Formats: sequence, structure tokens, C-alpha cells
Amino acid sequence: MSWINLSALWKIIVFGLIAGAGLPALFAGGLYALSLGPKTAHVRAAGVDGDIDSDVVVGGSVAGMALAALAFLVILAAIGWSVYEIYTLGHPAPKK
Amino acid sequence: MSNDTVLVLVVITALAFDFTNGFHDTGNAMATSIATGALGPRTAVAISGLLNFVGAFLSLAVAATIASGLVATGAVTLTVVAAGLAGGIIWNLLTWLFGIPSSSSHALIGGVIGSTMAAAGGSAVLWHGLVSKVVLPAILSPVIAAGVAACGTWLLYRITRSLTEGARRHGFRIGQVGSACVVSLAHGTNDAQKTMGVITLALIANGTLTKGSNAPVWVIVCCALAISIGTYLGGWRVIRTLGKGLVEIESPQGMAAESASAAVILLSSTFGYSLSTTHVATGSIIGTGLGKKGADVRWNVAGRMATAWVFTLPSAAIVGATAYGIAYGIGGSAGVIIDLVILAALSGFIFWRSRATKVDHNNVNAEWTGRVAPEKVPAESAAA
Repeated sequence: MSWINLSALWKIIVFGLIAGAGLPALFAGGLYALSLGPKTAHVRAAGVDGDIDSDVVVGGSVAGMALAALAFLVILAAIGWSVYEIYTLGHPAPKK
Repeated sequence: MSNDTVLVLVVITALAFDFTNGFHDTGNAMATSIATGALGPRTAVAISGLLNFVGAFLSLAVAATIASGLVATGAVTLTVVAAGLAGGIIWNLLTWLFGIPSSSSHALIGGVIGSTMAAAGGSAVLWHGLVSKVVLPAILSPVIAAGVAACGTWLLYRITRSLTEGARRHGFRIGQVGSACVVSLAHGTNDAQKTMGVITLALIANGTLTKGSNAPVWVIVCCALAISIGTYLGGWRVIRTLGKGLVEIESPQGMAAESASAAVILLSSTFGYSLSTTHVATGSIIGTGLGKKGADVRWNVAGRMATAWVFTLPSAAIVGATAYGIAYGIGGSAGVIIDLVILAALSGFIFWRSRATKVDHNNVNAEWTGRVAPEKVPAESAAA
């Protein structure tokens, strides 16, 4: 009997980082891709003096929007898959 | 009076605990979304309540830990469970009154351990299970969550640095709604199971279930309902401390904190660790303050919380042991009933005290002035 289950600990850290920091980073990547294109170009061109209060997210580039959609879909799929995994792992047969 | 009457009372008390659990912990999922304005306060608690209900059906691993991993089931009687629950509920209500996001799980576990020790001595407590499945995770989980949230925060600001402030705020508010929903689901999964475990423990003590049984379906459904109703009513005092008191939060930080909490809670539940969603959520919020340059963590608020965390297990244990002493002194079913009457009276008193400095959906986001209850706002600015 050990006090710390090391195999559970490293899994919690590694998968925690992948899901807990990686997925939101992917979401950020999606937002970045979404922002590419002509509609937000003036903000970039103007730099820090630009229209920093603009809340336009969609830049209008088709490739960017496609990439963003892909990123968001991957996130949803990852959440759905995790919930399914937790459900199967969380219902063990009762101990005899 | 038959044992079945006492069993029914114990189940009702357990569900009352589950209710305070939901109510105390709404903030864990929704505080940051409410603070950044991603969700209106009332919408937030409604969504959170619903997802807590769904989450309760996801897993039984933590319920198994509570039902068989912490105390020797042979030593547990219905009186022990009732006294333990009384300890948990009183500590939960006291910390709520002061707006301290302490751990509902530790309150419950502390209460049960205290009453078990009072009834059967220290040898009836499975100390190894307690340390490896409760105490160590309690120390490690907030640190891991803080690390994950700090990484997440840094990445989010780095990746979206070319976006305007407004666009970033707008985009991450949408993301935050999603991540807050996953935290609510995770909370239902981890916390509703604790009450399921306790009710299962009571059913085993009564001989209704055999040792090692899983929670029956009616138990799962009742616990899911109790925690979701509690969540829906919303512990506004704790929401305020978490959302406004610790760190002033922007929407990318909110999303990073929630994602880190959800991941750590769900992973740990899967391994049967009954960790405190409160400790994890607090760790994440502090982590998100560490991951952003120029963000201030109010360490004095964090320190107050940490103190409450250290005291939670022993304090709830003392209340649990006292409640057992009273019930044992009077004896039989009457003892349990007197215990529960005292519990109800104390709960009523705490609730009455809380009315004096009310925090609700109207003033939950008021400027942090160093305490839970916001300053009274003049009528004209309140109306605006």
C-alpha cells in the first residue's frame, strides 16, 4: 500500500495539462484563425493606436473560418469523448 | 420507534447536506463567468443546476470511496451517520455565512470521521484511505490546478495577442460559457457522489444493502435533484468571494481557470479521489492570476481561505463527535431526533444572521471592498 498513487498522479498532471490548458489554447487558436482577414486588418495595420475597442472577432478570411470551425469541432469532440470515457470508467461492477 | 424511521431521517439529512453542498459550491463553476459578465447571474445558476443534475449520473467511483474507503463499515451505525452529517452541514453553513469557499467534501468527511471516532475510537477510521484518498489530494489538487491554469492563461494571452481587447473579451466570453458548463458537470459528478456514498453507508449500516454495494438508482436520482436545487438557489456570498475577492478576472483568465478546474476534477473523480471542487477552483483562480503579467492575487483573501481549509476537517469532526455524544447520551431514536432538531435550529439561526448582510444576484458583482457584504449603495446608483 502506497500513500500516493503515482500512476494516477502523472495521469492527472499530463491529461490535466492537455485538456485543461491545451483545449482552451486550441480555442484561442480558433479565435486567432477566425480573426484573420480584411475586416480586422485595419486594426493590425494601425497597431496599438488602432481601434482597440473594436469587438469584431470575425475577420472574413474563408480559410481562417474553416480552420476555426475545425478547432471548435475538435474541442467539442474531445469533451464528448471524455464524458463518455468517464461514464464507462465510473460504473465498475460492485465489489464482491 | 423502528430503525426505518431513523433511516428515513438520516436520508433526509443527507439530502439536506447535498443541498448545502450545491448551494455552497455554485461559485466554483460560475463565479468567474458571473464576474466577467459572460453569463447573467440568474442564467448562470440555472444552467449550473441543470448540469449538476446530469453530472450526478456520470460516475460512482467517488461514492465507492466514501461508502467503503474511509471508515470501517462495521463501526458505522445510523446514529454515527446522522451525527456526521450534522457536523458537515453546520460547518458548511458557517463558512457560507462568512463567504469562505471551504470544502463541502471535507466538511462531510470530517463530520463522519468525528462521529465514527466518538462511537468506536480511532481504530475504526481507515487512516490510510483518509490520507491517500482525501488529505494528500487536498494538498496536491489546488497546486496542480494552479499550474494548469497558469499555463492556460499564458497560452491564451500569447495566442490571441494580435486580437483587439474587445474582440478577445467577446470571444473568450463565449468560450467561458462552455468551460463553466463543463465545471458544473464535473461538480455534479464529484460532489453529488459524496452524498450518494453517505446514504449508501447508512443503507449498509441498516442492513438494507450488503457491504460493498453500489448506490441504488433512487439514491442517485435524489442526490442529483438535491444538489441541483441547491446549486440553482446559488450561494451568492461564496460566488462573490471567488469571483471578485481573489483576483480581478478577465474573460480569458476565466476560461483558463474553468478549463483547468474541469480537467482536474473530472480526472480525479475517475480515479475515485474525493477531492474538493472548492480547493481546485480556488487553485485555478490563483493560477490564472499568476499566469498573467500585472494581475494581482489578493493573498490575504487566499490566506483566509487556506486557514479555513486546514480547519475544516478537524472542526467538522468536532461537531460530528459532539453530535454523536448528544445522541448517545439521550440514547436510541430520540437521540438522533434531538440531534436533528438542534441542527435545524442552528441552521435557521445562521440563515437569519445572513439576512443582516444580504448578498444576492443584485449585488454579487459590486466592487470588492475587503469584505463579503458590499457597502450599501445609494438608491440612484442601485437603480442604474
